[in-house]
Amino acid sequence: MRRTSWFNVTSLTLGFAFLYLPMVLLVIYSFNSSKLVTVWAGFSTKWYGELVQNEAFLDAALVTLEVAVASSTLATILGTMAAYVLVRGGRFLGRTLFSGMIYAPLVMPEVITGLSLLLLFIGIGLDRGVLTIVLAHTTFSMCYVSVVVSSRLVSFDRSLEEAALDLGCSAFDAFRLVTLPIIAPAVISGWLLAFTLSLDDLVIASFTTGPSSTTLPIKIWSAVRLGVSPEINALSTIMIGIVTVGVISASLISKRNAVKAQQDMQAAERGAT
Amino acid sequence: MRRFFLIAVPYGWLLALFLVPFFIVFKISLSDLALSIPPYTPTMKDGFGQMIKAFDFENFVFLTTDDLYWKAYLSSLKIALISTALALLVGYPMAYGMARAPEEWRPTLMMLVILPFWTSFLIRVYAWVGILSNEGFLNQFLLWTGLISTPLTIMNTTTAVYIGIVYTYLPFMILPIYAALDRLDESLIEAAEDLGCSRIKAFWLVTIPLSRNGIIAGCFLVFIPALGEFVIPSLLGGSGTLMIGKVLFEEFFNNRDWPVASAVAVILLLILIVPIILFQRNQQRQAEAET
Repeated sequence: MRRTSWFNVTSLTLGFAFLYLPMVLLVIYSFNSSKLVTVWAGFSTKWYGELVQNEAFLDAALVTLEVAVASSTLATILGTMAAYVLVRGGRFLGRTLFSGMIYAPLVMPEVITGLSLLLLFIGIGLDRGVLTIVLAHTTFSMCYVSVVVSSRLVSFDRSLEEAALDLGCSAFDAFRLVTLPIIAPAVISGWLLAFTLSLDDLVIASFTTGPSSTTLPIKIWSAVRLGVSPEINALSTIMIGIVTVGVISASLISKRNAVKAQQDMQAAERGAT
Repeated sequence: MRRFFLIAVPYGWLLALFLVPFFIVFKISLSDLALSIPPYTPTMKDGFGQMIKAFDFENFVFLTTDDLYWKAYLSSLKIALISTALALLVGYPMAYGMARAPEEWRPTLMMLVILPFWTSFLIRVYAWVGILSNEGFLNQFLLWTGLISTPLTIMNTTTAVYIGIVYTYLPFMILPIYAALDRLDESLIEAAEDLGCSRIKAFWLVTIPLSRNGIIAGCFLVFIPALGEFVIPSLLGGSGTLMIGKVLFEEFFNNRDWPVASAVAVILLLILIVPIILFQRNQQRQAEAET
């Protein structure tokens, strides 16, 4: 490891300090008893207590979860279909336009996506609320799902599917029994990505929401515009905690699966010889 | 029949909820403001011929006469360019360090880069409010060390916006560069050194050119979203920072001028088309190089 020089160690240390210090400070100061958020006055969990009693936040959290579950599920179905069409669909009329529409939302500024969807909803006279946010979130997150799933489909050995068809499976059964289990990890990470994007979105939700349905990011936004508040710090800590546990356990599971797959391969090779 | 269904459902969804809304934005950008709900005069109610006649470029002319708008476009471009350069300066050494780290550390380092991406964007930007404000952690620290005697004003300046953009988009810069450096054949650098290159020269002549595609991809992934950014300039930049995403948002929600907001969106889109096409081309070239 001749290239693990002091320069590399320093740049990594400073870089990760830059990435993590702000969040660490946020977490520490959420346990601060003082209302003045940048002055430490002793350990306390009172802001968590106040947060739990704040019904506006709880309502917003429920709306957000509802939207995220609905839109990520819809986006996963539509995105997987779109990926299948892109990778396996062959040629059809307007294929270029289709793949353009899959990739464009990934780089589109949120203000433009939000504005255009709002103008559509008003144009067709759809009342704004949970439904319109779900439609908006599904539209941009299905594109992310489709990119994730199609990268898995590209590297997929097609002869497995053909073998199933030769052995008498219907096309649908071949998809259900062979293709789907193989692309399942990509479909699941697509769903998780869509779910996170929906939980996180402020701009598009602000455009497409109505007066009755406020999501958590919109609620947080109106609070943080007024400056730092200990309650928001507590809320942020909870959210950071959930994400950290989720990402670490997901990576441990995938690591365990990889080890297990390797062991299976070795066992199979031993059996063969 | 099944194939038709498989194509038609996602296709129809995207046509209805992605493409059609764009035409609506475009149409409204050509119509007039009216004091009603919706606050513009529809240009299509008397048929297609009338619609063409009713179209005018008033809103676009208005954008050129009021210097708020072109200043906002220019300052967005400037902020996005400088932030991209800063992100490259911070991100490249990190990606390089990761690619040179011991094999068994790399998955953990990779996870550490990706983890912030899963954390709420809004919360990550908000975390800087407590750091950069006048009585924030950074000023407390600098006053404590005695480096400064009066608090620095960073919050509500363009500097805060640079910090915010670099911070939130850094993973997008690191990941493609890391992917490129990870594939790089170490023996090429050794060969350059054997042939008499100093380590720094070998870095400039071998490592940088071979990670070019990663650098380009990373820069576009930071530049494109930074250009239309709304949350960071609103939260950290204050009223003094002019960025077009913020202008669009305010034009729509505060001034309720839908036609002008739509015209702002159309021009922003036109500006973005060039980098988006360049980005796609870079990705395609990279995909071809791999096969």
